[in-house]
Amino acid sequence: MAIDDRFSQDFREPGDERPLGTRNEIVTGMVSDWATDFSHLEPEWSADPYPIQDDLRQRCPIAHTGRFGGAWLPTRYEDVAAIAYDTERFSSRSIILSNFRPPREVAPIGGSPPISSDPPFHHDARKLLLPPFTRNAVARQEPATRAFCHSLIDALEGREVVDAARDYAQHIPMRVIADMLGFPPEDGPQFREFVENLLEGINLPTDERIERVGRLFDYLLAQVNEHLDDPREDLTTYLINAELYGHKLDSSHVVGTMALLLIAGIDTSWSAIGASLWHLARTPGDRERLVAEPGLLPTAMEELLRVYAPVTMARLVQEDMRWRGVDMKADDWILLSFPAANRDPAQFDRAGEVVIDREINRHAAFGLGIHRCVGSHLARMELRVALEVWLERIPEFTLADPAAVTWAAGQIRGPRTLPLRI
Amino acid sequence: MKVRIDSGRCQGHGRCYDIAPGLFGDDAEGYGTVLGDGLVPPGQAHEAGLAVANCPERAITLAEGA
Repeated sequence: MAIDDRFSQDFREPGDERPLGTRNEIVTGMVSDWATDFSHLEPEWSADPYPIQDDLRQRCPIAHTGRFGGAWLPTRYEDVAAIAYDTERFSSRSIILSNFRPPREVAPIGGSPPISSDPPFHHDARKLLLPPFTRNAVARQEPATRAFCHSLIDALEGREVVDAARDYAQHIPMRVIADMLGFPPEDGPQFREFVENLLEGINLPTDERIERVGRLFDYLLAQVNEHLDDPREDLTTYLINAELYGHKLDSSHVVGTMALLLIAGIDTSWSAIGASLWHLARTPGDRERLVAEPGLLPTAMEELLRVYAPVTMARLVQEDMRWRGVDMKADDWILLSFPAANRDPAQFDRAGEVVIDREINRHAAFGLGIHRCVGSHLARMELRVALEVWLERIPEFTLADPAAVTWAAGQIRGPRTLPLRI
Repeated sequence: MKVRIDSGRCQGHGRCYDIAPGLFGDDAEGYGTVLGDGLVPPGQAHEAGLAVANCPERAITLAEGA
């Protein structure tokens, strides 16, 4: 048994004197006015948030809600960009908007560095993660990803209607990130549960959320211990051995980063692959053109990422301030909607349309500024390979039942049920 | 014309080296780099313009220069 003192004791043990943070009353139910009472967790938003965002951008470009203890929703590109760049006044110490605010003392590291980190710590924690996620580094995963996509299509043999979200899209990022972290591929179903617990159960009682997060951390600690016994060429071993400021990382940093890679690596690409297939299933012209011109896929993919950007982030306001005409209070949330920014007509021509050959596309699907998605090169590889293999093997497909399509609620949006006739 | 990357703005999105691999590469952390002296051959002016126009961080400039 390898000995590593960092992991011999649970870093969450009581005696750890972290302050508790603040909880607010949980408010659910129909939204009365999206400008003053928005909630990204209500069914109307999950089903189709874009008309709501377009309306707000015109009549109330920085909307507010009293839910979640107070939050703001900017819908103009320029406001979203300004907040993403202003890490002094907007903290990343929690990037999932909920009814619980972690205490200020968790900054600048946060629970899942570097996404939850603020400068100056952020830069150093991020630097550790960049080399394994460069375009060249993730290219090593491409042959296995392609073979895996083919095996998923093989398994659809003989069926007329398949669920492209459940039977195809979700499995691809799960397998890739499990391989990169060195987790057993058969643990996929558990990952799905972790993702849903963290990203979708936002309005559950806080204690229940904490317990669910605890199950994820139990799993990750068990993986760390297996890797201590049996080190491998994977990201888990890499993080266990990584050093910052001349020391190995704290156990909470190692496990927090593993949680980030697992959770952020799955839901996001799963959503992007699913939303792309959904669009192509209901837009025969675009589908036929991509089948006929495979070389257009990299351009088309960027457009699908713009229009159906899956990821919205959150920030916390540092101090009371007047900001672009509204009075923000310290600890107010910001729902940082890259999807809304990506559909701002002030930034994009024909912003609400999918223009499959759009050549100029300065979209913000992977964020802007220092928190640019560290997995963006991996996500693009997964999306490209998933679509290439699907279009090659199943060039003709339509929505089997448009009304049966369901979308994830919360900050990551993509189809969770997607019946396609193939 | 010459391309230039403002390393203070580049965040490693990689649009430039995807779109114009003849003009841009990446370093060990994925940040964009200008290949050679950045001089844009006549046949690559279109790619150079697209790299400028697609950089999410507006980190690339195209300027007169020999």
